[in-house]
Amino acid sequence: MNDIARRYVLAILAHVALLLAWYLFVALGNVPRFVMPSPIDTLNALLQPNYSWWTNISVTATEIFGGYFLALAVGVALALLFSWSKALESFFMPLLVSLNMIPKVALGPLIIVWFKYGVFPNTLMAFSICVFPILLTTARGLREVEPELLDLVKSLKGSRWQLFTKIQLPGALPYIFSGMKVAAILAVAGAIVGEFLGSDKGLGYLMLQVQVTLDTPAMFMAVILITLLGMLLYGLVLGLEKLLVVKDARVN
Amino acid sequence: MSIEPFIRMKGVSKTYRTGRKEHLAVSDATFDVMPGELVSLVGPSGCGKSTLLKILAGLHPHDGGELKIGSATHSFDPSRDVGMVFQAPLLLKWRRILENVLLPAEILGLPQNESRERARNLLALVGLAGYEDKYPYELSGGMQQRAAIARSLVHDPKLVLMDEPFGALDALTREKMNLELLRIWKEAGKTIVFVTHGISEAVFLGTRVVVLTAGPARMADNFEIDLPRPRTLDMKTHERFGEYTRRIYKLLGME
Repeated sequence: MNDIARRYVLAILAHVALLLAWYLFVALGNVPRFVMPSPIDTLNALLQPNYSWWTNISVTATEIFGGYFLALAVGVALALLFSWSKALESFFMPLLVSLNMIPKVALGPLIIVWFKYGVFPNTLMAFSICVFPILLTTARGLREVEPELLDLVKSLKGSRWQLFTKIQLPGALPYIFSGMKVAAILAVAGAIVGEFLGSDKGLGYLMLQVQVTLDTPAMFMAVILITLLGMLLYGLVLGLEKLLVVKDARVN
Repeated sequence: MSIEPFIRMKGVSKTYRTGRKEHLAVSDATFDVMPGELVSLVGPSGCGKSTLLKILAGLHPHDGGELKIGSATHSFDPSRDVGMVFQAPLLLKWRRILENVLLPAEILGLPQNESRERARNLLALVGLAGYEDKYPYELSGGMQQRAAIARSLVHDPKLVLMDEPFGALDALTREKMNLELLRIWKEAGKTIVFVTHGISEAVFLGTRVVVLTAGPARMADNFEIDLPRPRTLDMKTHERFGEYTRRIYKLLGME
């Protein structure tokens, strides 16, 4: 327990040290505000009502979380489908591996053409970037069943459904989570890139707006808020993993 | 009054086909197993002993010969009378030990309370009382294998098939587990078919040893082990024990 407490203290210390270094660098180096604002200037930006922080945060959060959970549902569902039908898997899997090679960011302009700009296309952007890691790791997890366990179930004339619920799915859970962790980081990037390409709300949109006037404190604050949204999603996934996956079974 | 054999195997053979290639995995396996016997199947890798086990488990059909399991006095239901133990314990990492042991009972849909009671008793039998709520990773390899043996017995099968169950354990643990298995076998009163490539293990455990050779896969011998029971480790130094192992070595062309 002492060890864990020490690790927490060190982690907090490292963050505080960075803030302090940032503050001292700006204060002692006489760095102009538009190049790098001090932590206090940055925090001040949060108090300005003209940035509509709440609206922008909720829009970006909707895109991140919406795209992420949509990708989770679709990715896991497709992987389940593939594990039930070998034919479907051998037909679609190579195609999906190729599609995965498309840099999803490059789809941005097309998505705007098809769906105009706004929350939906940006959610789609986050979705398209998240769905592959979740699908691929889940499919792999469902495949990784020891053949002898299969024999054990077969020797008892167990059903396909029993094999699935008792062995395959719980066995795949650690893999699903490893895909979810990768996707959590990508989801944030997807939503923000979407907002850069075309939007009228959101933290990414706000950054482009204030960039014109060299309002760096607001840009800094936006980056921090985006990071916090990402941390919230990642923390949620980690917490869920801790709840659902036995320690030894986790995939790192 | 003569007792009928529990397993009757007569000229059983099995050929696997992969594409155009044919691979003879087992040829002319002929032996009987009496109810309550512990038969060792011994041979080098590739001799078809695992294939024989899969045929007995009803996982693979045989394509020649006759196989009959069960007799008038000892009935056999292929869907619920087989227990299996493998080289790896293959416990489910996300289940506690008791829940792992219960897996076959769950698959067969046996009454829960009775099965739990039985699983607890079996864990005590294999020396794991007090470990019911542990996760597999908290147990050593030998202990995990004990749990796997308890799992193979939970649905009270008539026939237990063991595929090199102690092959992955260190030599000392293995000897200890051999003694444990004999004790469990005596208490549980099951018919056991035990596959191994350990010649001395086969002789030490078996009431009967079936020797299989590789290339081509063939049944080479089948003989009773006439050593007193219960077996003790010092029997390994008996002259007769040496004769049996020598006989097997000779059959496997190692003398």
